[in-house]
Amino acid sequence: MKKISTDIIIIGAGPGGMAAALKAGEAGVKKILLVDRLPEPGGILQQCIHNGFGLHKFKKDLTGPEYADTYIKKIKNSNIEVLLQTMAIEITKDNKVILANGSDGLIEVSSKAIVLAMGCRERTRQQVSIPGTRPSGIFTAGVAQRFVNIEGFMPGKEVVVVGSGDIGMIMARRMTLEGARVHAVTELLPYPGGLTRNIVQCLNDFNIPLHLNHNVIKIYGKDRVTGVKIAKINNKGEPTDETFEISCDTLLFSVGLIPENELSRMVPLEINPITGGPFIDDTYQTKRPGVFICGNAAFVNDLADYVSCEGEIAGEAAANYVNGSLNTVTKVSVVAGENIRFVAPNFITRTDHVTLYARVTQQMRDVTVSSSGGIINIKKQIIKPSEMIEMELDSEKLKKIKELKELVIDVRPNK
Amino acid sequence: MYNVAIIGGGIVGNAIARELSRYELSVVLIEKEIEVSFGTSKANSGIIHSGIHDDPKTLKGKLCLQGNALWEELSKELKIPFNRVGEILVARSEDDLPVLKKMLDNAKAIGIPSEMVEGKRLHELEPNLSGKINTGVLAPTAGVIPPYEMTYALYENAMQNGVKYLLGSKVINIATDGKSFVITAGDKEIKADYVINTAGVYADEVAKFAGADNFRILPRKGEEYILDKRLDNINNHVIFPTPSPISKGVLIIKTIEGSTMIGPTADDIKDKEDTTTTEEGLKKILDFVRTMIPGIQKKDIIASFAGIRPVSNTNDFIIGGSKTAPCFINAAGIQSPGLTAAPAIALMVADLLKKSGIRLEKKRKFNKYDKPHRRFTLASNKDKELLIKLNKAYGNIVCRCETVTEAEVVAAIRNGAKTVDGIKFRTRAGMGRCQAGFCLHHVMKILSRELGIPEEKLTKRGGGSLIVKEKR
Repeated sequence: MKKISTDIIIIGAGPGGMAAALKAGEAGVKKILLVDRLPEPGGILQQCIHNGFGLHKFKKDLTGPEYADTYIKKIKNSNIEVLLQTMAIEITKDNKVILANGSDGLIEVSSKAIVLAMGCRERTRQQVSIPGTRPSGIFTAGVAQRFVNIEGFMPGKEVVVVGSGDIGMIMARRMTLEGARVHAVTELLPYPGGLTRNIVQCLNDFNIPLHLNHNVIKIYGKDRVTGVKIAKINNKGEPTDETFEISCDTLLFSVGLIPENELSRMVPLEINPITGGPFIDDTYQTKRPGVFICGNAAFVNDLADYVSCEGEIAGEAAANYVNGSLNTVTKVSVVAGENIRFVAPNFITRTDHVTLYARVTQQMRDVTVSSSGGIINIKKQIIKPSEMIEMELDSEKLKKIKELKELVIDVRPNK
Repeated sequence: MYNVAIIGGGIVGNAIARELSRYELSVVLIEKEIEVSFGTSKANSGIIHSGIHDDPKTLKGKLCLQGNALWEELSKELKIPFNRVGEILVARSEDDLPVLKKMLDNAKAIGIPSEMVEGKRLHELEPNLSGKINTGVLAPTAGVIPPYEMTYALYENAMQNGVKYLLGSKVINIATDGKSFVITAGDKEIKADYVINTAGVYADEVAKFAGADNFRILPRKGEEYILDKRLDNINNHVIFPTPSPISKGVLIIKTIEGSTMIGPTADDIKDKEDTTTTEEGLKKILDFVRTMIPGIQKKDIIASFAGIRPVSNTNDFIIGGSKTAPCFINAAGIQSPGLTAAPAIALMVADLLKKSGIRLEKKRKFNKYDKPHRRFTLASNKDKELLIKLNKAYGNIVCRCETVTEAEVVAAIRNGAKTVDGIKFRTRAGMGRCQAGFCLHHVMKILSRELGIPEEKLTKRGGGSLIVKEKR
């Protein structure tokens, strides 16, 4: 087996991995290896031809490929070694990474630090256990997006979208623009799963009905989907007798994303059952020193922009680790309190600046986001599970936090 | 003109085809689906039963015992993994104890290796078993195989030895002049001296064409659910409840892949095509298996399916000629333990043919199976290197959940796969937790390239199951 050694290996060349590689390079690391399965870098961004990328990071409204391109250009002008059409198939117990590709066979990589940036995958129809037949014409929204935008095929013409995740809503619009009829978007919960901007721009602007508190409870069709039965959902989350049917030839599922952590499990890293990613500190270092993780592999983010920000932090921290200057000794646990599903990262070590992200359990109006010691206190008119709360902690706040045992974040209604 | 025509390309039809391919006979197998193994066999649980459940006086019981022994050799010949993981029947209540005791006595009487396992020993064998369960019967000769890979290996080996396959051809009539048969299958007419009916849930309808229909097939649906392979240590054996007089109950199956499968349900249905999964079915299975292993969770399910057992009105296998049509041999009503019994059924049918006058003369050369599916993911790193050196396409991983390579997909196509499901059942591409999200377009490109069919014409499993509607 071919054996190589490097300072930092980054697995996945999406928005997280590319940002990590560039930042590590800027921090002075000489040997950086960025690997990806696909024939070009960019990850899922390449099929996201809609705009809305870069608003947060560059104050520009870019498409996915344009956003990716800003990073790809920089990588081409750097010393970062990029290995494409290469899959990381194993991380050994002593944390060597085994890569496979057609031209080299297997490659064993010894690296001083590892940055995991594998992204996430979509939850499928099977995982949400929707009964009925198993015909063709059932796709996750992302697979349909690939077919339309990259492969050049129309998955179908008469569409129902199950779940109101962002990709589902974006695909409802995309399919409409390509001449399909999108009959409905159903959402089990009383509020949408995706961003408000997508409800407005993808559904409302195209008169696509969004059925909140509704779910597909049966799929019909032997060879190809012929229709679905949709039921109103009661406040216990169960289907009621109030049902209707829609004829369609295509079903797109947008029912959540799951961080990809098969490699993380080989490290091995303990996986947080709430986020589906490993526990991390604010340098995006996992509990295994020298192993970092960023982006949607760590926890599912709302925006690619956030993923890039996390990639930069992980890349810089990995560089510091390689240079022996990463100090993560003092740790304060960050704890999800009232009405919070998760907060990430899980531990605070830094003294300069930290961004915390929290996702709430339910939609609420007129609330305060607060923390132990009164360090965080933000009033919000509305909070939704689909939109993460960002909390910036400066050096002053971090100093106060260091005196705490743990930092509990709560969301409470204003009385 | 063929000596023998077999109708139905499931595990039984293919086992018979391969057995007959040893002899100087011309054999054709006719299948209505576009590929073999697309009917009941597609939904098989993959269990090679010990024989403990069935009365050895019945055909089911007798052939199950014989089949269990035959699998040892057969799996080696066809280079298919066979793991005797053993089965454990557990007592879920006091009432089960006398039933289990009686089953154990019966098993011992007919020579099935079996023993009572209790308390600590039982929980060492199955650490996740409910604390309320303290008694079980272990039958170590039970095992698991990959049922579709097995069917495809039989098919490929039969073809290597001269069996002709007529796929995508539904039998719509059988005429006879008393000497031979004329089978109308799709738009073709096939002449044969002997007909073997292995048409599964449609066996009664096929038999009717030949007037050999002194039985009925009562379709019985079974739903099954597969758990993420990450939870591979949830059980170590095939765990059965103590059976009721009508059913083996809902099982927790350790599959050959190491993952866990739960099910099946047993619902008598009218529609022979009703392979729907249901909310009630899932609930029934989950409630049931949690009485045995409480830790099983709905969120760990990655795939579900349903299959239809061809249960005969006698509740036993129906194997043999009929008085009205002695050259028409039924192998019908092959429900559980049909997979286990398949090699024994093949021998029995060959024997029946011999008795009815066919000369079984062994071919001078029977081609050994030489096209085993080389699974990249199961190879050692050294062998992985060798495989890629041999063929670069082993380095192109198309299905990342199951680590299936382009080389494996190409091999499957060269061995007869024509559809996305055909690739899935042969290689496991698309069977993992992302359910083909990442590999579907790769698989379609390879299928299109190898078969020269445009991607928009490719199907999931033939007929109208087009994957995409049109080119943009």
